[in-house]
Amino acid sequence: MTATENAGTPPTDDAPVPDPNAVQITVNGVAHTARKGQLVIEAAADAGVYIPRFCYHERMTPVGKCRMCLVEADSGRGPAVTVSCMVPVMPDMKVETESPMAKRMQEGVLELLLANHPLDCPVCDKGGECPLQDQTMTHGPGESRFVEEKRHYEKPIPISDLVFLDRERCILCDRCTRFADEVAGDALIHFISRGNTTQVMTFPDEPFASYFSGNTVQICPVGALTAKPYRFKARPWDLEEIESTCTTCAVGCRTVVQSSRDELLRSQGVDSDPVNWGWMCDKGRFGFEAVRTERVTEPLVRTAHGLEPTGWNAALRSAVQLIEDGKLAAGPSAVAVIGGARGSNEDAFAWARLAHDVIDTPHVYAQMGDGLPVGMLAMPRATIDDTAAASTIVLLGPDLKEELPVLYLRVRDAVQKRRVRIVEFTPRESGLTSLAWKSAVYEPGGQVEAVRAALADPEIADQLAAGPVVVIAGRSNLAESSGATVQAVQTLLAGVPGATVLPAFRRGNVVGALQVGMRPRPGGLDTRGILQAAADGKIECLVLVGADPLADFPDTDLARRALAGARRIVSVDTHLSASAQHADVVLPAAAFGEKSGTTTNLEGRVTTLGRKVTAAGTSRPDWMIATAIARGLGTDLGFRSVDDVTDAIARMVDGYEGVTRDALADSADGVLSAPPATIAAIDPVEVEVPVRNSYDYRLVVTRKLYDAGVTVSNSPSLAHLAPGQRVHLHPLDVERVGVQPGADVRVSSSRSAAVMRVEADPTVLRGTAWIAFNQPGGNVGDLIDSTAIVTDVRIENL
Amino acid sequence: MSSYPWAAGYIDDGDRPKIVTSRFHLEDGYTLERYQATGGYDGLRRALAKSPAEVHDEVRGATILGRGGAGFPAGTKWGLMPADKYPRYLVVNGDESEPGTYKDRLLMERDPHQLIEGCLIAAYAAGLAQVFLYIRGEMPLAHERVGQALNEAYAAGYVGTNILGTDFSVDIVLHWGAGAYVVGEETALIESLEGKRGEPRLKPPFFPAAIGLYGQPTIVNNVETLSNLPWLLVNGMEAYTAIGTQTSPGTRMVAVSGHVNRPGVYEIVNGTTTFRDLLYGDEFCQGIRNGNELKAFVPGGGSAPWFTPEQLDLPFEGRLVGAAGSMLGSGAIMVMDHTTDIPAAALTLTHFYAAESCGQCTPCREGGTWLERVLSRIVDGNGTPADLDQLLEIGESICPGAFPHASSSALGLEATPFPYKMTTICFVGPSAYAPVHSALTLFRSEFEAKITRRNSIPVTAVHATPETAGAH
Repeated sequence: MTATENAGTPPTDDAPVPDPNAVQITVNGVAHTARKGQLVIEAAADAGVYIPRFCYHERMTPVGKCRMCLVEADSGRGPAVTVSCMVPVMPDMKVETESPMAKRMQEGVLELLLANHPLDCPVCDKGGECPLQDQTMTHGPGESRFVEEKRHYEKPIPISDLVFLDRERCILCDRCTRFADEVAGDALIHFISRGNTTQVMTFPDEPFASYFSGNTVQICPVGALTAKPYRFKARPWDLEEIESTCTTCAVGCRTVVQSSRDELLRSQGVDSDPVNWGWMCDKGRFGFEAVRTERVTEPLVRTAHGLEPTGWNAALRSAVQLIEDGKLAAGPSAVAVIGGARGSNEDAFAWARLAHDVIDTPHVYAQMGDGLPVGMLAMPRATIDDTAAASTIVLLGPDLKEELPVLYLRVRDAVQKRRVRIVEFTPRESGLTSLAWKSAVYEPGGQVEAVRAALADPEIADQLAAGPVVVIAGRSNLAESSGATVQAVQTLLAGVPGATVLPAFRRGNVVGALQVGMRPRPGGLDTRGILQAAADGKIECLVLVGADPLADFPDTDLARRALAGARRIVSVDTHLSASAQHADVVLPAAAFGEKSGTTTNLEGRVTTLGRKVTAAGTSRPDWMIATAIARGLGTDLGFRSVDDVTDAIARMVDGYEGVTRDALADSADGVLSAPPATIAAIDPVEVEVPVRNSYDYRLVVTRKLYDAGVTVSNSPSLAHLAPGQRVHLHPLDVERVGVQPGADVRVSSSRSAAVMRVEADPTVLRGTAWIAFNQPGGNVGDLIDSTAIVTDVRIENL
Repeated sequence: MSSYPWAAGYIDDGDRPKIVTSRFHLEDGYTLERYQATGGYDGLRRALAKSPAEVHDEVRGATILGRGGAGFPAGTKWGLMPADKYPRYLVVNGDESEPGTYKDRLLMERDPHQLIEGCLIAAYAAGLAQVFLYIRGEMPLAHERVGQALNEAYAAGYVGTNILGTDFSVDIVLHWGAGAYVVGEETALIESLEGKRGEPRLKPPFFPAAIGLYGQPTIVNNVETLSNLPWLLVNGMEAYTAIGTQTSPGTRMVAVSGHVNRPGVYEIVNGTTTFRDLLYGDEFCQGIRNGNELKAFVPGGGSAPWFTPEQLDLPFEGRLVGAAGSMLGSGAIMVMDHTTDIPAAALTLTHFYAAESCGQCTPCREGGTWLERVLSRIVDGNGTPADLDQLLEIGESICPGAFPHASSSALGLEATPFPYKMTTICFVGPSAYAPVHSALTLFRSEFEAKITRRNSIPVTAVHATPETAGAH
């Protein structure tokens, strides 16, 4: 229809309604429909025109500092110099990115950026993947006319334990400093000095110690920031890569795993919109070092001389024999399987089939007694995006910054940018306390009371009634049973109809393992039950699938008695963990980056794992080991390849119907699974919390990001970052104990006593004592009684 | 009487109308007692007797052009605030640091109550909740005098709650700068006030009136602009516009420095006084020193393109000066006689702007220093013929397209009018280029004369390498 015809005819009913958000512009003369409020740089990208940029990053507030994205734009008043990363599109705007003026400006800015930039590309780690190099080739003037002496600074200086800064290369784009402040909330780097001597720097004596520092290296558009684990290790063109999912924690950040000469060298965040937005925590980013450190490379079998290397056939025969012996001696329920949360869905599924169908034991569990009951998964579930889009986020779980760091970034962003309100219940101040709208610090066991009080507060009640509420629920204290937290979640959900739950389960694939079957059948025991049974001599064969109760189970004494009491132990592990050292057979398992498959994150999102390097030694994926043991026990699980297992999961597991290989191949962001209907909701819990003796302190034990676990302790770059074990008391309580901060004190519980250094810490509630779990040289697990509701300790001056 | 020992630099000859310097001849003009005895706070009383809208209309009608540099009418600026967004703030830009400018310092030292009264009138007329007085760090006497005056004014009930028994209340907060030229840029000043690095904000929004201090509508006015308000309120719009011309009414303060017989600060009639009057008039600068020839002069602060004797008959009228290729800016006139080494003079100014760049945007941070280093090589005799066009090329990267300059009949040059395009966030970058451009356009032969070692390879620059400390 032409305009003339249109003018005469009234609009018909089926005429398309004009989109109120559409803005008509032209980019280099070509008409394009942009969105209202869209930045020119983004609109041009949609129209297929790339505008060069350095400071602009789509996940951060634009600052318009580098001036590389200057274009000419005419909104009716003639062509104007326009910073395309700052200016939104206007109706009928004519954007020229290649006009003589635009090209002159781009070439000018590039020449100026290069004026003081050292041309040490041949020895620069960024060379080959450098936005400055690339855009100099595409948009630059071709040669430099700068003949003066360049700026000089001391060549790279460490600004933290992980990151080096080469100020000569820095183009002061404000990406790292903006990330640290705006995204991570750790404003520890900033510009100092001014003019031509402006530089990025830390504050005096305060290193850039952020859990997220590696992201600054990834987003640096030049080689100014380099990370210790990758410096001088490879050239980008020598790297091979595959997309994968980080399994360090349950957030499931998308990552690209890079290797050279069959060695893992680097992990980079991939921008997955529903999950990590391209960010990673440093533990996830640099933890790949553990894959190549101190691995178990051959099967081990216990002989009179201890654990001796042997071949796979002999080791598998031994393992099968131990399981069969156990069944013969006391029936199938004398065999128990703990673990599976560290591997893939396929690993967990194969082990679940082996345990339930072949061995026929009900005692199977993927958790290590440090989470919440599996029934939490049956609660109405929220995704990470639902959480970020909620009106209110209720935190009734661990310190997200320490345990699920990238989820912390997403929640932080929701608070900062979307004004989501946080109502927090925590046994000590957490990484999100400063951002919380309301923060209730409770004494362990007091969370139910705290929740009831909050629900009765009219202001909080109004807020909870105002819109979607998501509860992030998890275990906030390893020194108390999960009962009070479960009851608090139940109380909350009863008081806030329609609230959904994001289960803050911690281990990489714990949700996947639980959902595909690594959970007890009716009558089966959970991990504490299994360990108790083992300690009581009722377990003939204990199978540990990547599980290390001595390090991870909060009650170390029970774990120790269980390993001593179990007649035989089979361990399937990547590293010779403390628990594996007690095993009769150790089967080496392939680690992250060495196997493909799928994984499920805490919201139930299934994504793919990539295999990039050859498995260490003769180690094999767990699913393959399970299949071989099943064959030894006389059953063919029917798995010939990992794809067979993936298909079997889609076919057989309730909630994974849509998680087919085709669906995963189609969606880079993964496919959401649902909890199987067979996971029953938790019955209402009623916990009777004992009264605390006023001489005692109620114990709070939580995890720090860096601990003595396998990933950190085997990553040379990270190992020394674990803070170590201290008992933190409120300053007034330190005074009450009668010691100076930093002195050694005796901490005793009903179980045991330990001597450790005391810290005065105002973030700790009076009457409570906080100790970090599983720190190098630490023994806090000895103090915890996993059968008790809470743990009270006495703290005495030596 | 030609000058006063207590107001060093201020010169007051002849019978000219005085609006803002009427108390400069009084040694104790800065005290509340003297201020009140000479009609002080009458303007505030008159303002409070009217409605805020009436006061605003009066200011708008008087067309008080901003005296900070841009010359934007104050009344119009006040009207740019969104109608229903409160609180609104007034920020007084006392960070006077444009090279050659020292008029605001005298106003703050000699007549602080006049400034405070002006702030109060502005706050009343524009509905501003609080006033922030930002004084340059290098002006301790101004800080002391304004502080003292504020204490007196608070004690006398002129500032604070229920001013003069009305329900009008406003607080004035005094803030001392930390010594950065760029903080004279209004958005950088706001950042500094908020406790951040003094870096200009990105435009848009173009005016803090929309989003300013703490994200609220904010008026940023110059000290001299506000000092006009008490007189205006006492004498009325008609009396004010009767002085000067219709488009440039009232008086303005100018600071003349350089090769004149009598450099100093003068209050001149706006719009009608010409540069010739100012530089050669008996009541003003009384000609060039030693009877020398005038070579060039900067008409509006260090960042203004230069004029030559050909532009002497231009009046202090923004539009005319702009069309002639420069600007009135902050009212600082720097005079160069025929003995001036033009490349060295350009280097002095460019060095200032390069050193004062805040460093956030590339063209200013890198371009300013590059200009300075090439210039200093030329001045040192290490220039090459290619350097001259190179300077213009660097300038083109800061200010793409035509850059304003004056006409020259000797060179057969037409004037290029204001304004210019720029790739930078604020005017510091173009300011570094302005002296280079003017000097090269109008006096290129002087640069060529310095380039003696033809095609020589430049060795090193005098520029100090940045300190390498800070590592730890």
